[in-house]
Amino acid sequence: MAPEPPLLSMSGITKSFPGVRALDGVDLDVQAGEVHCLLGQNGAGKSTLIKVLAGAHQPDTGTIHWRGEAVTLRSPIAAMRLGIATIYQELDLVEHLSVAENVHLGHEPTAAGFVVRGKAARTSTARLLGRLGHPEIDSARLVGELSAAQQQIVSMARALSHDVRLIVMDEPSAALDPDEVDNLFRIVADLTADGVAVVYISHRLEEIRRIGDRVTVLKDGRAVAGGLPAKSTPTREVVALMTGRNVEYVFPERPASAPRAEPVLTVEGLSRRGEFDPLDLQVRPGEIVGLAGLVGSGRSEILETVYGARRPDTGRVLVDGRPLKPGSVRAAVRAGIGLAPEERKAQALLMLESVTRNVSVSTLSRFSRGGWIDRGAELGAARAATRELSLRPDNPDVPVRTLSGGNQQKAVLARWLLRGCRVLLLDEPTRGVDVGARAELYAVVRRLADEGLAVLLVSSEVPEVLGLADRVLVLREGRVVHTAPARELDEHRVLDLVMEGSPAS
Amino acid sequence: MTQPVSPPRDSTGKVPQAGDPPAWRAVLFRADVRTWSLLGVLAALVLIGGITKPDEFLDTRNLQLVLTQASVIGVVTVGMTFVIISGGIDLSVGAIVALASVWATTVATQEYGFGGILFTAVLVGLGCGLVNGVLIAYGGMVPFIATLAMLASARGLALQITDGRTQIVTVDGVLDLGERDAYVLGIPPLVLVFAAVTVIGWLVLNRTTFGRRTVAVGGNAEAARLAGIDVRRQRLYLYLLSGLCCGIAAFLLIVLSGSGQNTNGNLYELDAIAAAIIGGTLLTGGRGTIVGSVLGVLIFTTITNIFALNNLQSDVQQIAKGAIIVAAVLVQRRTASTT
Repeated sequence: MAPEPPLLSMSGITKSFPGVRALDGVDLDVQAGEVHCLLGQNGAGKSTLIKVLAGAHQPDTGTIHWRGEAVTLRSPIAAMRLGIATIYQELDLVEHLSVAENVHLGHEPTAAGFVVRGKAARTSTARLLGRLGHPEIDSARLVGELSAAQQQIVSMARALSHDVRLIVMDEPSAALDPDEVDNLFRIVADLTADGVAVVYISHRLEEIRRIGDRVTVLKDGRAVAGGLPAKSTPTREVVALMTGRNVEYVFPERPASAPRAEPVLTVEGLSRRGEFDPLDLQVRPGEIVGLAGLVGSGRSEILETVYGARRPDTGRVLVDGRPLKPGSVRAAVRAGIGLAPEERKAQALLMLESVTRNVSVSTLSRFSRGGWIDRGAELGAARAATRELSLRPDNPDVPVRTLSGGNQQKAVLARWLLRGCRVLLLDEPTRGVDVGARAELYAVVRRLADEGLAVLLVSSEVPEVLGLADRVLVLREGRVVHTAPARELDEHRVLDLVMEGSPAS
Repeated sequence: MTQPVSPPRDSTGKVPQAGDPPAWRAVLFRADVRTWSLLGVLAALVLIGGITKPDEFLDTRNLQLVLTQASVIGVVTVGMTFVIISGGIDLSVGAIVALASVWATTVATQEYGFGGILFTAVLVGLGCGLVNGVLIAYGGMVPFIATLAMLASARGLALQITDGRTQIVTVDGVLDLGERDAYVLGIPPLVLVFAAVTVIGWLVLNRTTFGRRTVAVGGNAEAARLAGIDVRRQRLYLYLLSGLCCGIAAFLLIVLSGSGQNTNGNLYELDAIAAAIIGGTLLTGGRGTIVGSVLGVLIFTTITNIFALNNLQSDVQQIAKGAIIVAAVLVQRRTASTT
């Protein structure tokens, strides 16, 4: 390509977090004026890589060259000074400040060093917005009053308010309507024509085909392919690069025959506007039903609505044929539904408390008379439930925060086991669980199903859904696009479905 | 799987079993570093008092006075501790004590005698707690704001009732409780009430579903909700409990001062919060002990007493209290990070 050195060259970047190696020797070259796409499944390391690039994470090892010179990106400010701007998926705007104040946040035009020159800020903001094709956004308005698409434009204006050479966009199209996506692409084309490089992250292959120049594919923290031509590399090849794991998970055997019992959980026409379309499904005792889909496909929202933590717009949930009061967690729990939520620490565990107290919290009335807790019975029951799941260490008095991710998940499962629940909703059950402990957790879930539980499983890891579930519903943007027994699907097929939306292969 | 699981037979001796040792043993022997250090501070204070004013400080009457003074704020602090553990705050406790004390000592109320005064004080406390609780739990108001509004309103109402006058209590049965004749084995009845509230508070926090749910709501309200706990109802009960404690404290104050005043309970909210905090209760909720809070109250009251005996002015006392709060929190942060 160009004889001069690339604008950005990252090589051998590694980054570990407790229990996970998020990046394992990643190389990335970006040329001035190109759109370089980053592709990979959830957990492949994309977010960590762009955070390293933004100066938000420090790499453990590896070097970064910027216009041929070695640099260290000590902080987000350092990265910004070099001309690297990042537009995160979760927009980081201050809702109660105006557009102009947001755009210039941290580098306000000032007089005498501290007096903010509001007019100058508004003028330059208006110029930036005009350049982005949105002169109609009033730079004096509060950001909280703008639509999601307009906020995205403001984020972009903020990035451009610096003297920027490289813009990282993390799934910028996720919140946009089709015509807004067209405008986004026009902006990207304008930027690259000016010599600005764009690192573009998206799950949507068709977008990458339209605007991308080159593609780097990440998988399990490694760059498995760097700088492939974005327009001509066949879809099958890209998907194959994204899948094909190094670690083969061990999944438990499925029962020989499909369960025949009457469904214990029935969902009829359940929907929430803007989150997921009307959904019908049934789960029988002994059956594991999986929901596969990308982030934003409505997976977690479906589980939480079934559980009553979100109120449905339409439809209902029935347990044993009896409808539940909509939007009531307590009704769901009473009917025998249990949820192991995605954010274990934030949504399930009492981190300051012991394992016993975490396990017994949904069952307290069983160990109490007149509000008085029989702690011997409580401890015995918690111990029996955690032993049944082989929770380590075998001491329910230890604080739950000292447990590993897999054992914390077992503590959540033990809670529902103790409750005697009949429907188990699992949202990303192996998130934060290291690879070795996953097989054990899979075996536990299968055993619970064999004992008669109905399990509804959500996971962004396609192999997990395929390996564990009996039946799989493939979701794309809130809609079920395909339903099939897990043994009739493979990872390529599911990824084609969630990314392209049609059974392409 | 649904049947109740029987307790295991081979549990270690450390694990609490049915037929637990009595509560006091659990308190003393399973006390953590924090409790011991608070006891150490209290012992050091007693030592300082004994050295600087050996005759006056260690005098039985003085010790009785210290404990009596601790009783009123102590009862309030027990209720406050529950609220803070649940992740809330009650800024209105002092104002509720004032309102309850004046409502219970109006001429009309005093006609009903001892029972009328006690009943009114408790009922006013519960009523204020109910308003706080409904606003916070079901009205979605931030506890800080709701109880701040109650602080202002209850004080105003107390002033309106008294018109700024001190209402002298003429009911003999109430006044008698403060007399030396009523002391049980040398212990003033007010202190016995404080002791009873402490023990009951400890039991409720550590041995009942109510206490467990309080901790769960404060530790992680979302997790508590998803575990099937009725978080809103629990919050309502907690502010009712705080109001109840204020009502009891108001009655103790009536006995102690023989009157009801609209200026009663001034800044109790800050003293109660401070005592709970130095006792190890997390202001963010999820952790706290009754024993720690009570020790915090005793430490503060003892300091006040020692300073008064040594003729140090209240400005010095205030500075010392501020320093103790800072020191206690810094020490706790260190111990928290090492464990």
